[in-house]
This record gives sequence, C-alpha cells and structure tokens, in this order.
Amino acid sequence: MDFASFLIQTLNSLQYGLLLFLVASGLTLVFGIMGIINLAHGSFYMVGAYLAFVLSSATGSLVMAIVLGIPLALVFGAILEWALFSHLYKRDHLEQVLLTYGLILIFEQLRSLLVGDDVHGVAIPAFLDASIQLTEVMSYPVYRLAISAVCVALAVALYYVIQRTRLGMMIRAGNDDRSMVESLGINIDMIYRVVFALGVALAALAGMLAAPISSVFPNMGSQVLIISFVIVVIGGIGSVWGALVAALIVGFADTFGKVLIPELSGIVVYVVMAVVLLWRPEGILKKG
Amino acid sequence: MGKTVKIAGRTALSLAIAAASIGGAHAADKIKVGLMLPYTGTYAALGNAITNGFKQYVEENGGKLGGREVEYAVVDDESNPAKATENARKMVSREKVDVLVGTVHSGVALAMAKVARDTRTLMIVPNAGANDLTGPLCSPYVFRSSFSAWQPSYAMGEALARKGLKNIVTVTWKYSFGEESVAGFKEAFEQGGGKIAKEMTLPFPNVEFQPFLTEIASLKPDAVFVFFAGAGAAKFVSDYSAAGLKNSIPLYGPGFLTDGNLDAMGAAGEGLLTTLHYADGLSNARDAAFRTEYAARYKAQPDVYAVQGYDAAQMYEAGLRAAGGDPGRKEEVIKGMESATIDSPRGAFTLSRAHNPVQDIYMREVKGGENVVVEIVSKGLEDPARGCKL
Repeated sequence: MDFASFLIQTLNSLQYGLLLFLVASGLTLVFGIMGIINLAHGSFYMVGAYLAFVLSSATGSLVMAIVLGIPLALVFGAILEWALFSHLYKRDHLEQVLLTYGLILIFEQLRSLLVGDDVHGVAIPAFLDASIQLTEVMSYPVYRLAISAVCVALAVALYYVIQRTRLGMMIRAGNDDRSMVESLGINIDMIYRVVFALGVALAALAGMLAAPISSVFPNMGSQVLIISFVIVVIGGIGSVWGALVAALIVGFADTFGKVLIPELSGIVVYVVMAVVLLWRPEGILKKG
Repeated sequence: MGKTVKIAGRTALSLAIAAASIGGAHAADKIKVGLMLPYTGTYAALGNAITNGFKQYVEENGGKLGGREVEYAVVDDESNPAKATENARKMVSREKVDVLVGTVHSGVALAMAKVARDTRTLMIVPNAGANDLTGPLCSPYVFRSSFSAWQPSYAMGEALARKGLKNIVTVTWKYSFGEESVAGFKEAFEQGGGKIAKEMTLPFPNVEFQPFLTEIASLKPDAVFVFFAGAGAAKFVSDYSAAGLKNSIPLYGPGFLTDGNLDAMGAAGEGLLTTLHYADGLSNARDAAFRTEYAARYKAQPDVYAVQGYDAAQMYEAGLRAAGGDPGRKEEVIKGMESATIDSPRGAFTLSRAHNPVQDIYMREVKGGENVVVEIVSKGLEDPARGCKL
C-alpha cells in the first residue's frame, strides 16, 4: 500500500467509524441508562432512511426531509416509550427481547405495506453533490465528508448535554440510582421518555444521513443492529464517549481488515471485540 | 440378491407408474401445479413476477396445460432454507402436485430439488441460479427455466477478452452465487488471454465498499467485474460513481447488477454494460406480444423473472403434450420437455442434457432507466454441467 492509499484508507476508516457512532450512540443511551435491550434500534435506522426517501420525494430536498424528520422521530420515540417501553423497565431482559424483536417484524411489514419492497435511491442535496479529486483516478464525495462533520458535531453536543447540563446530570443520576432520583422529586419517567426519544431520533438521523449513500431497502436495519451492539459492548454500556472510541476502532478494523487480510475480513471486527473484552470486560470506558 | 432387489424395485416402480397412469386416466382430472415461491421478504417481488408469468401463459392457453384445467397449490417459501424440505414434502405428499415450481433462493431450491429427486416429482426451477442444480445435483426430474450462475458471467468474460482487455479486478460477496459468477467470468476471461489482477470479496451482506474502491484506484486495472444484486448492487454502483472511478475504469457485471435497481442508481447507473439472458428492447414479435399482454393484465412492466415463470409453464406444456396430456406418464413428460424448443420472449431456447436452458446471452446497456439490448454476445451458450451424470 502506498502512502496516498494509506491516507485515503484512514479517511475511509474515520468516515465509516463516525457514521457507526451515530447509530450506536442512541443504542448505548437506551441500553446503558434505561437498561433496555432494544433489538428494534435498527428498525429506527430503517424508519429514518424511509422517512428521508418519502419526505425528500415530497419536498424535493433532503435537508427539508431531515428538518421535518427529526421532530417526527422524537414524537414517534416518545409515543413508543409511553405505550410500550415504559412497561418494561421492571421486567427481565427476555421480555424486552421478545417485545423489541416483535417490533422489528411489525415495522418491516408496515414498511412493506406503506412503501413497498423496492430499492430506492435518495438524491444528495445539490450544494453537497460534488467531489474532491484526491489522486489521479480517485475522488472523494463531499457528502461523505459532510456526514462526518455532522457526526463530530453531534458527538460534541451529546457530550456537552450529558456532562454539562442539568438534564444530563439527571440522566446520569437516573442511570446510577433510579429510586433515589425519584425520591428527590425529579420526574424520572419524563427523563426516560426524553432519553428514549433522543435515542430513536439519533438512529433515525443516522438513517436519514446514510440514505443517499446506502440507498433505501427492506431489512436495512438488521445490517446496522449487530455492529451497533458490538460497538456498545466494546465501548462500555451506556458510555457515549466509549461508543465514539469503539466506533472508530471498528471503522479502522473493518477498513484495514478488508485491505490487509481480505480472507478474514468478516471476523476482524469480532476478533477485536474479543480482545478488548479480555482486556477490559466492562468495555473500554465504563458507564458515565 | 442385489439383482432381486433391483428387479423388485423396478417392478414396484412400474406398478407405481401404472397406478399413476390409471389415476391420470380420468379426463376430468385437473393438472395440479405447486407454486413454492417467496411471497414475503426481500424476494417477494420476484415471486410475484414469476407467478404472474406462469399464470399468464396458462390463461393464454385457455386456462389449461396439456388440454386439462389447471389448479394451483401455493406456499410462501419465505426464502428460508430451514423450512424448504418440509414445505416441499407437503406439496408432494399432501397436495399431490403434478409439478413443483420453485424457487428464487438457491438454498431453498437445492432442498426442494432433493425432495423432487427422492419422490420422483417433476420440478421446474424458475430462477435460482446455483450451478449445482444442473451440475453435480442434476436429476431427471429437475428442470430449470432460468439460467445457471455460470452463464451470464462466462459470456461477459468472453466479451471482455474479445475487447482486448488484459487486466481486471473482481469484487463480490463471499457466498456461493457470487463466487460461481466470478469463477465463470475468470474461466472465459483467462481462456481469452486476460488476467485477473485481484479477486476481492467481502462478507455477505456487508456494503461498506470504500476500502475496495480505494484499492481499485491504486491498482488501476483495465476494468472491474462485479457480482452484486439488490440493494448492495445499487450501493456499489453509486459508490463507484461517487468515487470518480466510473469515468476512468469501466465497470461490468452480470445483469443482476442493474435489474430492479435502475431507479435507485439514478444517473450513476447510466451507460453500465451487463450480460443476461433477457433485455429490454428485443426485436422479436414473441416478446412484444408477451409484454403487451403482461402490461394489460397486471398493470406493470414484465421483467426477466416474469419471463422465467412464463417459460416454466411453456416447458411443462411441451412435456404434457408429448405425454398426451397425462402427467402420470412421467418419462414421456420428461422426454417431451428435453426435446422441446421453447418459444420464449427472450428468444427460442432448448434444454441441455442437464436440463438447463441453452440460450443466447445479451449485452445490455443502461439507457434512460432501461436495460437496452446492444447485441448477442454469446449465441446458444450451454452450461458445462460439470459433475452431472445424466
């Protein structure tokens, strides 16, 4: 591998890792803070991508679709939490798995009924539809770089909200001891609803941003679900910062795995996970 | 001892055939067709197109096959190999179908073919392309109206070698259909004097292609040959174009790359050249009639899958006609199908000794959202049926 290729592969790794972070961050919040194993997280990613397709066809602009789609996803998440997930906090994990797996099937059938089973493309917004020439034959789409920038901005914003605001303080406290927070007169149910809605919105946003480069297709959520769980486990359950580090590790492992040891590229990520867990069974960064 | 068993077996077989013939002698008996296809999941659209095509032929034929009324037993195979054997057995023993038609997913089709072989039930595969179905696992009872994975890719290999390309990189998912496609391509391309610079694979259904695109850009081959299908194909083509490679290194693949994906690819797909046994804009009258009728019936444009369903019905009709309309006379039905020339919308074809279509492969170009035919790149291409002992 020459030096230019190495640099571009590094860029590929960063860009892939950041997108993975966006999907996994919502999962780690819901899993870590609320203790819910949410297999339907991938479905929220799928819902986001289809929202991007439907809304951008209707409005003619992906930016408009995202502006409309985020509030929709937040409301959708809040309703789901109120109707279904709020009954699960005190149940065991098996029941959570059953409910959320059922949701995957329901969402996929609804998607099939409402939008059909075809593969769809979503247009890149015109002002980002360009590319930068990197080498003689290879260029890099500006849109991919823009996604990375959005992901970095969101990571910083999430960190700020959780570490530096009153809401974040309550979230962290609820994570540590739910009943203590309740006895201090804080409405913990509302906090959970906000966190869950935020998790759904993050996954949906990832789907919306990824739609133009991944296209929109049935069962797209299942592809991101497993890798998201890998990231959450490597990073440490509930840690947003850990999810970021883990997502970047996975991005590098996957990219360079494909190039350097193509025969084993399917397992590189899982080998990395195994090594990390042997080294730090709780993940790189514990809850926080 | 062995001989006695054999004779006893043979007697039992002829008795069974005789019994079946007696059963079939009632003129009022209907032909029972078992459609075992995907009606839910990723391949639902393909299952429906095949069903539409099959029923269209039957209805054009007066609602009959071999001069008898047709009734259907339908099961959704869900593209799930784990349920395939049970579903196929139900079709044979409970529904008592005369012919089993299915399916799209190769894993399911392989399990069905085993049941068909064991129970001596006639089966027609209207899509699944696994080479093995008409290769090592071929059987007198199993026919295919579609293609083998080897066919379109081999034709592409020949075509690119003829063009004088020397140095090609291949990319595919690491699963059997992808590997069979690349192997078929490689065989023809290397025979024609070309060289495969690098074979890249990634695990199914991973779609993070960026590392491969970067590598292709640094290897600078004459062209890239890929096998992907469905959403992965749309993504690969879009990414390839977005990386700026489309203008400097041409991309080729079997027709599954573009079929059903043109809308999702948009401008990135324009101008792509692919090979398949069917194309838009064929000039034969049979195809024109088929398309008009299909569009009127189903308010949709037919695709290659509809053609394969249509031809499955035609193949069975040819077999029944040779057996005087009696599905119980299996040997005559099989002989009739083996010797038939099928007047398909794709162009007439016959069947190889392994029961796979011997057919023309077209080079198609993506133009204005259609896979328009450019030329026939391989005339009457026959799958080598390696490992088949028929």
